[in-house]
Amino acid sequence: MTATVSPEVSFTRSPAAYRHWNLRIEGAVAWLELDVAEDGGIVPGYELKLNSYDLGVDIELYDAVQRLRFEHPGVRTVVVTSAKDNVFCAGANIRMLAGSSPEWKVNFCKFTNETRNAMEDATEHSGQTYLAAVNGSCAGGGYELALACDHIILIDDNSSTVALPEVPLLGVLPGTGGLTRVVDKRRVRKDRADVFATRSDGIRGKTAVEWRLVDELAPRRDFAEVVRQRALELAGRSSRPADATGVELTPLEPDGYAYRYVKAELGAETVDITVHGPDEHATDWLLTMTRELDDLILRLRTNEPELGTWVIRTAGDAETVLAHEEAVLGKPDDWLCNEIIHYYKRTLKRLDVTSRSLIALIEPGSCFAGVLLELALAADRQYILDGPPIEDEDSPLRASIRLSEANFGRFPMGNGLSRLESRFYQETDHLAWLRKEIGHTLTPAEANELGLVTDALDDIDWEDEIRIVLEGRAALSPDSLTGMEANHRFVGPETLETKIFGRLTAWQNWIFNRPNAAGPDGALRRYGTGRKAVFDRKRV
Amino acid sequence: MPEKIDYDAKIPNNVDLSSDRRLQRALEGWQPKFMNWWGEMGPTLRTQGVYLRTAVSVGREGWAHFDHVHVPDYRWGIFLAERDGDRRIAFGEHAGEPAWQQVPGEYRADLQRLIVIQGDTEPASVEQQKLLGLTAPSLYDLRNLFQVNVEEGRHLWAMVYLLHAYFGKEGREEAEGLLYRNSGSPDTPRILGAFNEETADWLAFYMFTYFTDRDGKYQLGTLKESAFDPLSRTCEFMLKEEAHHMFVGTTGVDRVVMRSAELIREHDTTDIAAHGGIPLEIIQKYINFHYTVSLDLFGSETSTNAANYYTAGLKGRWNETRRKDDHQLTDGSTFLDRPGEDGTWTQDEVQTLLALNLDLRSEYIADCRTGLKRWNRILAENDIGYRFSLPHPGFNRNVGINRGHHITPDGTIVDEATWEAGRSKWLPTTEDLTFVRSLMHPVYERGKIASWVAPPLNGINGKPFDFEYVHLP
Repeated sequence: MTATVSPEVSFTRSPAAYRHWNLRIEGAVAWLELDVAEDGGIVPGYELKLNSYDLGVDIELYDAVQRLRFEHPGVRTVVVTSAKDNVFCAGANIRMLAGSSPEWKVNFCKFTNETRNAMEDATEHSGQTYLAAVNGSCAGGGYELALACDHIILIDDNSSTVALPEVPLLGVLPGTGGLTRVVDKRRVRKDRADVFATRSDGIRGKTAVEWRLVDELAPRRDFAEVVRQRALELAGRSSRPADATGVELTPLEPDGYAYRYVKAELGAETVDITVHGPDEHATDWLLTMTRELDDLILRLRTNEPELGTWVIRTAGDAETVLAHEEAVLGKPDDWLCNEIIHYYKRTLKRLDVTSRSLIALIEPGSCFAGVLLELALAADRQYILDGPPIEDEDSPLRASIRLSEANFGRFPMGNGLSRLESRFYQETDHLAWLRKEIGHTLTPAEANELGLVTDALDDIDWEDEIRIVLEGRAALSPDSLTGMEANHRFVGPETLETKIFGRLTAWQNWIFNRPNAAGPDGALRRYGTGRKAVFDRKRV
Repeated sequence: MPEKIDYDAKIPNNVDLSSDRRLQRALEGWQPKFMNWWGEMGPTLRTQGVYLRTAVSVGREGWAHFDHVHVPDYRWGIFLAERDGDRRIAFGEHAGEPAWQQVPGEYRADLQRLIVIQGDTEPASVEQQKLLGLTAPSLYDLRNLFQVNVEEGRHLWAMVYLLHAYFGKEGREEAEGLLYRNSGSPDTPRILGAFNEETADWLAFYMFTYFTDRDGKYQLGTLKESAFDPLSRTCEFMLKEEAHHMFVGTTGVDRVVMRSAELIREHDTTDIAAHGGIPLEIIQKYINFHYTVSLDLFGSETSTNAANYYTAGLKGRWNETRRKDDHQLTDGSTFLDRPGEDGTWTQDEVQTLLALNLDLRSEYIADCRTGLKRWNRILAENDIGYRFSLPHPGFNRNVGINRGHHITPDGTIVDEATWEAGRSKWLPTTEDLTFVRSLMHPVYERGKIASWVAPPLNGINGKPFDFEYVHLP
C-alpha cells in the first residue's frame, strides 16, 4: 500500500450534515451516538467498518463538543454511545493509518487527543460531564474515546470487552493517549495495565471494574435505563445555568485563509499570520477571533505540512483589546464568558503543541496586549522593532507590549503553568517584578530588559535580521526542530497532557517511521493482508 | 497411549485425566455447573431412559455403544481422536514444522477466542431445542433429538477441556462464561446471531440440523486442520458425532417431503394443509430462511481475521491437505460478486488469502445442494412437477457484502419496496409458522407417527421403527 495524496481538509461541520454522529438533546442530557458511515471516509481507499474512525469522524465529534458548550448551555451531561448493535467503536481505522503519510498519522492522533482533552475540559470547567455508555465491543481508539469521559458504563453481556490491542495486534501505535489515560487518569495499576495492553481480546465484566478500566457494569436489558439514570445524576451536580440561551456557532466562511479578524498569507516556506484586535464596538471579538484562529491552526497543520515556520503578528489598538478582555475576563461566573475563556485557552494549547516554528514579530501598530500577548509568549522567539514603521520612517508610531492579569494564570499551558511561569520557570522574583508592570505600556527597551522578547532590533537592522532568522530556521532539519521546540516549550512538571503530546511528537514520529511499522514487511503494511509483520528484533 | 476411553473415571476420557490432578480438579469443579445448566436449559421433557449412542472408543472400528440411558446420567466426557505422532503443520508460515502440542504464547488470545466462539455455539442449540421434546412426532424422532442434544453437550465439554487444559485461569473463566450466556437471552445472548433464533417446530429442527449443523461441520473441518494438535484432534472426533446430526436433518427433511408427496398424490392437490401435511411452498420458505441464516455464520466474504488465522496456522481450509497449491495463498486471487446500487452485479478481484470465508462458504453451498437433489428426487419419483431450490447467496443476508442490499432468491437486485412485497412469498410468514406449529402434536406411542412426516426407512442401530426408543414415565 502506498501513501495516498492527502485531500484539502475543511473543519467546518454542522450537526444537520453529520455523516457519522447523531446528536440529540433531551433537556439536560445530550446523546451523542456514533454511527459511522462505512463508505464515508475522508480519503478514498478504506471502509470505516465497526464504527472505526478517521479524521472526518473526529472532526464531526469536535464540532459537536464545541456546539454543546456554546449552543446548549442547558446540557449538563453528554452521553457518548454507539447507534450500532454490539459494537461501541473499534478505534482508528487501521487501513486508513496504513495508507496515510507519517505526518497525517501524527496530526490525526494529535487532533483526536485535542478533541478528547476538550471533552475532559468540558467536564472539569464547564459542568458538562461526559458519560461513556459502552454498549458493545470497544477497542483501541474506541476505548480512548470512553477514557476521555468522566464515567464509563460497560454493558455486561458476558462478551463485550474494553481493549487497547495496539501492541499485540499491530505492533505499533501505543502511546497515542490511551495508555497514559489508563495509568494517569484512571490509575490502573501498571502491572495490570501491562497485562491489559498486551491482550488482543481485552477485558470484560467484573475484572474491568476491579481493574478500574470501567466504572460500572449494566445488564443488557437495563442498560439504557442505567445510563439514563446515571446521566441525570451527573446532571444534578452541574452548575450550568438552566435558563440561558446559547450562542449559535455560525459558519466562518473564510476567503482562503482570510477571516474577519485572522488572516494568513502563505509564502514559500513560511506562513504570515496576522491577528486583528477588536473593532471599537465589537462584542463578540474574542469568541470570533478564537474560532478563526482555531480553524486556521487546524487547516494549516493538516493542509500545509511543508510550511514549517509561522510568523505571528497582531494589528490594532491595545486599549481596545484590554477593554474587551476586561469585559469577558471580568465575568468568570457568566457561563458564556467562562466558555470563551476556556476556548481561548484550548486554542492557545493547540498552538503550543503545533509542530511548527513560531516567531512573533512585534511592530508599530501591533496590539500584543493581555490576551494577545499570549500569542507572542506561545512563540519560540519574539522580536520587537525598536523604531518607526519600516515603510514610514517619519511616523511617530512605536511598538510596545502590555501585560495584564490574563498573562498570570488565566490561560495555563498543558504543563499547568502560565506561559510567563514557563518562560521564567522557578524565577519567582522575576514574576513578581513583572506583576508590577501590569497595565504599563512597555517600550522595546523595557520589554527587552524584562526578558519578554528575544531581541529588540532597530529599524536599520530589522529587515535583514528577521530575514536571516527566518532563512536560518528554514535551513534546519524539520525533525530536529520539532524535537527541540517540543522540549523547550514544556518546562517543569509533567501532566497527562504533556505526556500525551510529548509522546505523540517524539515516540510516534519515530515509531511510525520505523521499518517495524512502516517498512515493506512492517505491521501497518501487512495489516489486513493476513500476513504477519516481520519485526527487527533489536530493542532500541 | 491414552486412546482408550477410561469409563471408570468420574469424567470419561482418553486424555489420561487421572494423572493430571490440576486439570482433573478444574473439570470436576466445572461438572456440577454443567449439570445445573443442563437441568435448567436442557430438554424439558422428562424420560426414564433413551436409547442413546455413547462413544466407547475413538478408533475407526466399533466406536459406539447403544443402550437405554437415563439422560442426566449420560457419560459426557473428553474424547480426542488418535494422535499422529508425526503430524506436521500443513499451511501458513509454520508449514512443515511439527504440530504444536502446547499453545504458543503468541497465538494464545486468538486460539482462545476461536475456541470460545466454537464452544458458545454448541450449548446454544441445546437451549434452542429445549421445548421440542414436548411435540416429537415419534419416539424415533424423540430419541434423535436427545442424541443430538447430549452430543452438543459433549461438544461443549470438548471445548471446555481445551480451555481448562491449555488456557489456565482465563480459560476456566471463559469456560464458565459458556454456561452463563444463553440462547436468545436479552441480557447475555449467544455470541453469534443464528444461535439466538428460536427452533420452534420440528421442521425447523430438521432444517437446523441440515443447514446450521452443516455450518458447524465446516467450521470444525477448518479447526481440524489447526496446527494446535489438541484442537485438531478434538474437532476430528466431534466431526464424527456431527455426521449423525446432519443425518437427522437430511432424513428429517426427506421424510417431510415424502409425506407431503404422498398426501399430494393421495388427494390430487398441492394444497395439503387441510389434510395435515406441510405444503411444498412452506418447505421451500423454511429452506430459504435456514440456509441464509446459516450463510451468515461464515462471516464476511473477505476477512482479515480469517487470513491472519490461516497465516498463523490456527485455522485451515476445508480439506487443506488435499488441496494442490502452496498452502500460503499470498499470490493468487479469486472473484467475488458484488451487488451494485444500479441493480447489476460486478466482480471484485480479491486476494485468495483474504477470501477464505468465501472459499469455505462455497464448499458448504456445494454440500447443501446434495440435499436439494435428494428432496427433488423424491418429488420426481412421485411425478410431482415442483422443485426445491437454494436461493442466491445474496438473498436475505445480514452479514457481508450483500448486507443492506435487497436481493431476490433468483439473484435479482431490487429496491426495498419490491423486496418487502415479495417477502411473504420467500420467507415463512407468521401464518406459515403458526400453521406448522398447529401440526406439532406429540406422538409417543410405539410404532406411530405424526400426520405430517413419513416414518424413517431404517431404525437406529438395526432396530425396527416400532422399537421403544424412549421410555416415558
